[in-house]
Amino acid sequence: MLEIKGLHAGIDGKEILKGIDLTINAGEIHAIMGPNGSGKSTLSQVLAGHPSYEVISGEVAFEGTDLLELEPEDRACKGLFLAFQYPVEIRGITNAYFLRHALNARRTCEGLEELDPIDFMDLMEEKLKAINWDDSFVNRPVNEGFSGGEKKRNEILQLAVLEPKLAVLDEPDSGLDIDALKIVADAVNQLRRPDSATLIITHYQRLLNYIVPDRVHVLVNGKIATSGGSELAKELESKGYDLVKDPALVNQ
Amino acid sequence: MSDSTASGEGAVNRYETEFVDFAKKMDPNDPEWLSEIRSEAIAEFAKTGFPTVRDEKWRFTNFSRMEQAAFRLRNGRAVAEPRDVATSSGFNLWGNTRLVFVDGKYAPELSSTGSLPSGVYLGVLGEAVRDAPPQLQEFLGQISPLKESPFTALNAAFMSLGAVLVVQPHAVVQEPIHLVFLSGEASANTVSHVRNLIAVGEGAQLTTLESYVGVGAESCWTNSVTELSLGDSAVLKSYRTQLEGSGAFHTSCTNCHQGRDSNYSLTTMDFGGQLSRHDIGVRLAGSGAHCDVFGLVHLRDKQHADNHTWIDHAEPHCTSNELFNGVFEGESHGVFTGRIMVREGAQRTDALQSSRNLLLSETARADAQPQLEIFADDVRCTHGATVGPIDPEALFYLRSKGLSEDEARSLLTFGFAAEILNSVEPDGWREELELLLRSRLQGN
Repeated sequence: MLEIKGLHAGIDGKEILKGIDLTINAGEIHAIMGPNGSGKSTLSQVLAGHPSYEVISGEVAFEGTDLLELEPEDRACKGLFLAFQYPVEIRGITNAYFLRHALNARRTCEGLEELDPIDFMDLMEEKLKAINWDDSFVNRPVNEGFSGGEKKRNEILQLAVLEPKLAVLDEPDSGLDIDALKIVADAVNQLRRPDSATLIITHYQRLLNYIVPDRVHVLVNGKIATSGGSELAKELESKGYDLVKDPALVNQ
Repeated sequence: MSDSTASGEGAVNRYETEFVDFAKKMDPNDPEWLSEIRSEAIAEFAKTGFPTVRDEKWRFTNFSRMEQAAFRLRNGRAVAEPRDVATSSGFNLWGNTRLVFVDGKYAPELSSTGSLPSGVYLGVLGEAVRDAPPQLQEFLGQISPLKESPFTALNAAFMSLGAVLVVQPHAVVQEPIHLVFLSGEASANTVSHVRNLIAVGEGAQLTTLESYVGVGAESCWTNSVTELSLGDSAVLKSYRTQLEGSGAFHTSCTNCHQGRDSNYSLTTMDFGGQLSRHDIGVRLAGSGAHCDVFGLVHLRDKQHADNHTWIDHAEPHCTSNELFNGVFEGESHGVFTGRIMVREGAQRTDALQSSRNLLLSETARADAQPQLEIFADDVRCTHGATVGPIDPEALFYLRSKGLSEDEARSLLTFGFAAEILNSVEPDGWREELELLLRSRLQGN
């Protein structure tokens, strides 16, 4: 589904990603872990097409399409979704209104008819139930005045409504207490489908106790230092990132 | 420089001369107190003349074009058919209870006052002077001080047109009352001094709409003053819309005097005119009073709008919440000044103020300046002002979720306006304003 080859990218003339290779297949959950400043968020922003980031070299193919050629909205249209680490507040626009527009943009791409507000509310109700959330946030302006946990949960609501093929979740756990973290994890597990894939970016192993990844990659200094199964995350938890900084410790 | 002084004096002389004629034509039965206000007012205006940018309070707005234009007094001149003016304005004379004025004259054929509940007096100023509800003398000219603005002084000198609305204590008026001031082609090169007085008695509740609407591109001037008095525990919700024609000048003063535990909410919108200035003064004169002042400005081309607000916390335990959003296109220029005064002894004041200005072009400009004067120590005053283009992070956020760049921009711009629009409570009126705004933001 996603194939990244030799990706070098940066911002403000500074190279941050220094050759990433990564392949994700349909049905898989991958996790990228790494210390602060290793380039985790840069990778998510580059995948989503943030205009401030510059791709220096390399290729990213998404279901065979050159992703890097596409505008951010066209990437979304193809089925890519980014859950932001820091969701933006959109004043004056309700969650429901925004989500309906986003969904209809997606449906138009898929050649489906747009949903009218009534059908949309039915769908919304169903999705809220699926992620075990109430409707109190539906008619509030997008993310405005939301707590950290509510903002993260709102990204997951978008994920549920938009049903992307590939979801990139950028630190969906940062700033969350254990209860909020379980809620986010449950929702992600709930939304798992055989024809979709998920890339979770996280600093801590804790989230991966609740969402078990097929593959774990450790990003250090802009490169994937090592990859492994879900047990790698646990190993990192006990030994810390020194594990990958000192290759001799790996697999010992 | 000497030229502008000469023309300044010329303008003052012209209005003084016009006042002599005006005073002669006044109803001889007008009460003496009213004549006294008028004479005092023209003398005050003669002292100051038009404001200049050298005055701190007026420094962002240049009135010289207005001063040089020789506007004649609009009252009593032949007018076009009011229905035609209303039709060509395309403006919805919304509401079942309304007073409509066209080209400086009351238009009974467009007005409707049939469904008023008991305990409410609604009349035009001329009638009210004859009917003389006691609140008229008590409040008229007392809430908007002459010295606060030369425009208020000029208005007081020539006041003869407008609405008087008095709600008796504890009366609850469910239906909004709409005051509409339309200017058609017949208003070209004239000035209309509109004076409204709204007195809401103790424990009474009222909702008003105040709309200033122009047709066409003629140069004309509406100079309005609205005086509001809220008794103890009174509630007033007020929605003002300024949609003057593209060549129009508009100056307004809205002054509200609030009693104990009263609640005043104003949502004001400026969309029209080539130049507009609105002075809003709210005096929280009884403890526990609360006011909301919300403003929305959308300008384009070379439009200029200046909102100057003054929230006066005179007593303890009062709260105020002020939020002004502006959207500026083309070469337009928006000004917001938010003065908050917390007087000595006004403890436990809680005042919030925010001004957000969105610049949609490189040539648009916005100036926002908070002014806090605090003379009490146990208070909370929060203020903030922003001026800038659409937030690129917000734009990317929406695009990454699938919205096109155009769609994302228009959503963010509309959201900016919707934040204020959402404070409009009467559903039908909010929907009307939303349609208007959407159409404007699409360039219509």
